[in-house]
Amino acid sequence: MTAFGKLIRTTAFRLTLVYLFLFALFAASLLGYFAWNTRRLITEQITTTVNVEVSEISDIYARRGLRGLILSIGNRSLRPGANLYLVTTPSGQALAGNVGSLAPGVMATSGWSETAYRRLEDQDNTDHRALVRVTEMTNGFRLLIGRDLEERRRLFGIVAHAAQWSILVVVVLGIGGGIFVARRVLRRIDAMTGTTRRIMAGDLSGRLPVGRSGDELDRLAENLNAMLERIEALMMGLKEVSDNIAHDLKTPLTRLRNRAEEALASSGSEGEYRAALERTIEESDGLIRTFNALLMIARAESGQARGNMDDFDAADVANGIQELYEPLAEDDGMILHVKTAPARLHGNRELISQALANLVENAIKYGKPVPSAQPLGADAVAGTKEILIEARREGDQILLSVRDHGPGIPEGDRKHAMERFVRLEASRTLPGSGLGLSLASAVATLHGGELRLGDSYPGLIATLAIPALPAASDRLAAQTQDVPQKVA
Amino acid sequence: MRLLIIEDDRESADYLVKAFREVGYVADLASDGEEGLSLADSGDYDVLVVDRMLPKRDGLSLIGSLREKGNRTPVLILSALGQVDDRIKGLRAGGDDYLPKPYSFAELLARVEVLSRRHGGPAEETTYKVGDLELDRLSHRVARGKDELTLQPREFRLLEYLMKHAGQVVTRTMLLENVWDYHFDPQTNVIDVHISRLRSKIDKGFERPLLHTIRGAGYMIRDGIR
Repeated sequence: MTAFGKLIRTTAFRLTLVYLFLFALFAASLLGYFAWNTRRLITEQITTTVNVEVSEISDIYARRGLRGLILSIGNRSLRPGANLYLVTTPSGQALAGNVGSLAPGVMATSGWSETAYRRLEDQDNTDHRALVRVTEMTNGFRLLIGRDLEERRRLFGIVAHAAQWSILVVVVLGIGGGIFVARRVLRRIDAMTGTTRRIMAGDLSGRLPVGRSGDELDRLAENLNAMLERIEALMMGLKEVSDNIAHDLKTPLTRLRNRAEEALASSGSEGEYRAALERTIEESDGLIRTFNALLMIARAESGQARGNMDDFDAADVANGIQELYEPLAEDDGMILHVKTAPARLHGNRELISQALANLVENAIKYGKPVPSAQPLGADAVAGTKEILIEARREGDQILLSVRDHGPGIPEGDRKHAMERFVRLEASRTLPGSGLGLSLASAVATLHGGELRLGDSYPGLIATLAIPALPAASDRLAAQTQDVPQKVA
Repeated sequence: MRLLIIEDDRESADYLVKAFREVGYVADLASDGEEGLSLADSGDYDVLVVDRMLPKRDGLSLIGSLREKGNRTPVLILSALGQVDDRIKGLRAGGDDYLPKPYSFAELLARVEVLSRRHGGPAEETTYKVGDLELDRLSHRVARGKDELTLQPREFRLLEYLMKHAGQVVTRTMLLENVWDYHFDPQTNVIDVHISRLRSKIDKGFERPLLHTIRGAGYMIRDGIR
């Protein structure tokens, strides 16, 4: 496309053309209205003057007869000005006046008419136009009084001229302005297009130029830049995740392979083979679990699991999970408590149970009190071995939280901890896939909520905050308010 | 016991047939949906093991048309689709159990055995008895010999499930599904801890242990060694 072609295709230029047309139309109609009104005004003036003279002369004729009439017409005809006078006999012969010739038939019809005429004293042989009134008087004499229309024509000519010029100026200025604006816009758009091309070519760090005027293009550029920022962050995240997946799936696969190889190479007993095979199965079970967790996260994140939702009480989930994990916690020297209030929500019960189970497993694994942080007596130590699962409603949210008294997670690491495969320094030596918090977070997001990690002074409080069931659950909660909170 | 395996992947099908024959079962094989349907229709099988994705006719539609014809043979669905909603879909289509791939043969075997008993076995009893251990489902009483045992409600349900399937291997996943109604896979040994608690109540101080751990598979309650 040529530069000019591009220019005239711009929205700015097309808009200019539309405005140009509208302005020209406006100017034309304004001047037209002016011209038409001027013409009407002049015609009115002529009519009034002529009417006055007709009545004056009729009066003179009535009082002083034909002689007086002719005298008066003669006098008036000599006055400078544009007025026309003519008196004829009943047979059509001119008696007095300043009209040399008329269009045929004008004197025969009474009333107003526009006609071509020549003055008596005029030397040139050109016709002029006039507005005349013909009156029949007594005895068949006819009187013509009129006025030349040259003035009216000239005035109209001036207006028409003005109209032509103003339309020309409007068009020239309009097209010029249109080209100027269009080129300005086009330059900026071209700059944006160039940047976009570079970004499409793979340079995600490119950003659109933003001017200082804060106009709509700047705002658009700002928004697009924000979008690019987000896309870049997502791409980085994706890259990190795929790197992690590669690492965390390849490591156990390598171990698996090494063990099989080692067993094959050593000429061991049947028992040794058996042990190697059992470890292989164990390792592959771990891999399968990691895979399942990844699939589940992907499913929760893509919103596919929304089909399986119903209404239930988060308190039941909390009680169920406490019941399932309580012996395990006790075996690990911890105490798992639960505290619930009615908290009805709409969601996928299985997923929420699993998310809570993950949080409890984490608390059991990592929530053991740090010995050095316990300078207090034995009682305090016993208290800090407690893990508390809590389900309650706060405002329009259901909070399902797990609180431990372990070392917690430093504030700066909390967001990072929820990412896939991330295993914080403290947990690297313990078994686990690094997917527990990611899954819990994905489940919360699926339900329109979020996973919050906070400080429980000392320790970690992990909370699934999920929107509560509206209205109906309010009534339910009100009805069951007097039920004492269960503390297991 | 006669089994029909409907699975299109040759290698896993051969592996299953061989493994089932080794434990003494008669296993037939169909490699697509149509063949599976006609075999299931004509033969008298105790359990059908059906892959969900099959050529010619998919597993769920196969089960659907079997059920429509009034064939009530228990069906275990095998599927690579292992999410909760896939499972629900499978059970709604008429399947009796659902096992996501990849699975362990021990898990599959345990489930097939439970399914075959359910089909042919007697109506649910009100009391279960294994050796000198007795469980009354109506009065919720458990006694071993002359000693009355006190169990927590969940321990009672755990024991109830184990005793209902006395002499059969019950896997950890089966326990989690049937006693706790969870279908996810806990990363830790939660079930083992529950079992060891139960074990300490029913076996501790008695000469003959009844609750056995089956390596690589799960648990079994039985009297002595068969």
